[in-house]
Amino acid sequence: MITRLLEGVPRRGLAMLAALLVLLLAFPLFASGYLLAIGFLILYFAYVGQAWNIMMGFAGQLSLGHSLYVGLGAYAAAALYVHFGLSPWIGLLASIGTCALAGAVIGFLAFRFGVAGVYFAILTIAFAEFARIGFDHFTWVRGSSGLFLPVANYTENDLWNLRGSPRMFYYLMLALTAGAFVLCHALLRSRMGYYWLAIRESPEAAQALGVNIFRYKMYAVVLSAAMTSLAGVVFAFYYNNLFPEQIFHISRSIELILGPIIGGIGTLVGPLVGALLLTGLAEGMGELLLALGVDVPGVKQVFYGICLLLVVMFLPHGVWPPLARKLGLER
Amino acid sequence: MLAVRNLSKSFRGLRAVQDVSFTVPQGEIVGLIGPNGAGKTTIFNMIAGVYAPDSGSMLFQERRIHGLRPDQICAAGIGRTFQIVKPFAGLSVLDNVMVGALLRERTTAASRALSVQILDRLGLGAKREQPASSLTLPDRKRLEVARALATRPKLLLLDEVMAGLRPTECDQIVAVFRELNRAEGLTVLLIEHVMRAVMALAGRIVVLHHGEVIAQGTPEEVVRDKAVLECYLGEETEV
Amino acid sequence: MPVEIYLNVAASGLLTGLVYGLMALGLSVIFGVVRVVNFAHGEMMTVAMYLTLLLFGALKLDPLVLLVPIAAVLFVFGYLLQIGLINPFINRPEHSQFMLLVAVALILVNLQLIVFGPDAQGIRTAYSFDSFQLGPLIVDAAKVYAAGAALVVAAALFAFFRFTLLGKAIRACADNYEGARVVGLNVKHLYALTFGLGAACVGAAGAMLMAVIDVTPTIGPAYTLLAFVIVITGGLGSMPGALLGGLLIGITEALGGVLFTPSAKSMFAFGLLVLVLLFRPQGILGRKTA
Repeated sequence: MITRLLEGVPRRGLAMLAALLVLLLAFPLFASGYLLAIGFLILYFAYVGQAWNIMMGFAGQLSLGHSLYVGLGAYAAAALYVHFGLSPWIGLLASIGTCALAGAVIGFLAFRFGVAGVYFAILTIAFAEFARIGFDHFTWVRGSSGLFLPVANYTENDLWNLRGSPRMFYYLMLALTAGAFVLCHALLRSRMGYYWLAIRESPEAAQALGVNIFRYKMYAVVLSAAMTSLAGVVFAFYYNNLFPEQIFHISRSIELILGPIIGGIGTLVGPLVGALLLTGLAEGMGELLLALGVDVPGVKQVFYGICLLLVVMFLPHGVWPPLARKLGLER
Repeated sequence: MLAVRNLSKSFRGLRAVQDVSFTVPQGEIVGLIGPNGAGKTTIFNMIAGVYAPDSGSMLFQERRIHGLRPDQICAAGIGRTFQIVKPFAGLSVLDNVMVGALLRERTTAASRALSVQILDRLGLGAKREQPASSLTLPDRKRLEVARALATRPKLLLLDEVMAGLRPTECDQIVAVFRELNRAEGLTVLLIEHVMRAVMALAGRIVVLHHGEVIAQGTPEEVVRDKAVLECYLGEETEV
Repeated sequence: MPVEIYLNVAASGLLTGLVYGLMALGLSVIFGVVRVVNFAHGEMMTVAMYLTLLLFGALKLDPLVLLVPIAAVLFVFGYLLQIGLINPFINRPEHSQFMLLVAVALILVNLQLIVFGPDAQGIRTAYSFDSFQLGPLIVDAAKVYAAGAALVVAAALFAFFRFTLLGKAIRACADNYEGARVVGLNVKHLYALTFGLGAACVGAAGAMLMAVIDVTPTIGPAYTLLAFVIVITGGLGSMPGALLGGLLIGITEALGGVLFTPSAKSMFAFGLLVLVLLFRPQGILGRKTA
């Protein structure tokens, strides 16, 4: 199976990937606490970006409400842990289930009733907003006061309960991101992948070739939602506090799509490149400004906005395709 | 193989197709001709499941296909091309055909093999790694046909495939269809304006005008039919 | 609760709804003609609100008077935005254009955050605490004036599209892009004009709203969403629909806030949106796009 996955990938690309992997694995060994936190963030955004990419880049459905799945996933696992002491590895089953269901509902409503394009995007926003306001009043998860996970002083990493050092979380996130990458790569080469791309390019032609549009769009939406929920689980146990106002907020939804859009929608490496560029540059800029004595909230976001603007205007396929050409990775 | 009976369809009061009946016997090539706006593509779209007829019935291999979705129609064995070609522009030529092949083949490897075969047959073999968007129109038409063929249809609906092709290109494609019809018994229903192709391919012709059938028969019969000459072919027809 | 409370709340909602309607009208005009979904709509309104704040502070002029220059400023902004940012990319896929405006929204909100800070700021006019009494109804004077101004501006816009040559030219573009070009209309200029008009509506609405509520940068996105809900409910591309939608949402929100908890009132707006998207996507007064 490994050979099947590897066939068709240019040698150079494989070599670069391997080098990247080694670098990412070794990173915590020489990174400071601050850099490690940035590394975690980059991987986090690369992962959710990839999950979102499945819905958008593969099946062509623009979702601006993905924070819904991050939030649902986070709250499901966190609440089960806080109330019943259930390990997040079991709790994540609830997360996946809830998000798959939410995604299925949204997908069903949208596709059955022909809600597409911009209308679909607005529908997704509506659902995320609904959750944001709804969870504010959801007392079982402490509503707007926030859900807090008990943080004890630990000397060891408790992987089972996801209590541990930032390093543990970094490797966890790395595993998730790598897993997502491999999964998407495999999917793209499968019947599902071909059908998704066909639907994205021309739904009419796809149908005439026997593709059940509804079914495959649903697969994309549900998979995307389920994958995103895992990011939520990690988020909850890393930050140890959840507020509906923050986690379901539309700015979270927009934040997580910046990576794939800037990196390149529909490409495998796009979300990672985008996350790297965006978070890396933003933090770098933040540091620079701090050094200059400027500490104003909102500057990072303006930077994100400008990047997004420039990319959409001049690099509509994202940064990765031209970069890939430069690196000689074009077929 | 395909029997269409009393098919009618109106769009907001405009009668596009009126009481049309014809059959496409297995293994034959039937041509559907007529002036623009006669209702030909509407009939195609009804057969292909894009819209449902207002009245009438359609039987494919004795099975009612009324109300089936386009993807179900394809699974039942009817393939189609579009008048305005719809390639998957962002995919390679090979990948385009693979989408079709994946319907019947179990694995991507088998699909690829079939796709390569079909592309070679249609003369696109050399271009298979190129993006579909880089193809010229005649090649795009061939791609459209290749894609439909990859779903291993029993009946192929061709919508004005020859439009925009030079006579030599037209002859090439005609040869391919002839071969497919002869060797594999592929049944074809084609809409065409290019009489050269129709006369070379069709065993039977159905003539449509203002949504109604005004003549049916062998090419020789139809070409001499008075009504057909009046409304479509004109007094002098070069064939 | 006594009926008067509901009536008062409903009346208040109705009045605010008219101002919402004007804001949504801008969005509807833009979408109806240029076919661009202006995701920066609410953010443009907060820009207008902050401008009102500044001008009020500097000139001590009533916001309802300030609405004229502010609408003009927003008009220019909208015109330039269309010419510079949207027109060049008009052939891009839908979601690309959408993302352009998402980016603009992101930049606007955060620029406002940087310049004005996150705290709520408001203005106090001479009539801020006045009210009118109509039988059992007690309504804020500010809301009445604002609603009145909204009606006047909306009427002016209707008249423009109905009776002026320019207005008709714009409607021609909306109906048939290619046809308009063939006839010699400078479509790009007309599109920019339309975006400018839509932005002017938003500017006027912002000035009016400033007389009634306080402004923070974060209400921008909330109003963008609200504008969408209104426009989709009322009918994308239908001008009366936008006003009707505004009224509906104004009342729903107000009553919802009273019947349930105030913080949950937007849930009703979203619930309504989902229902409309599913069952009547063209909205109440919209026409089905073929």
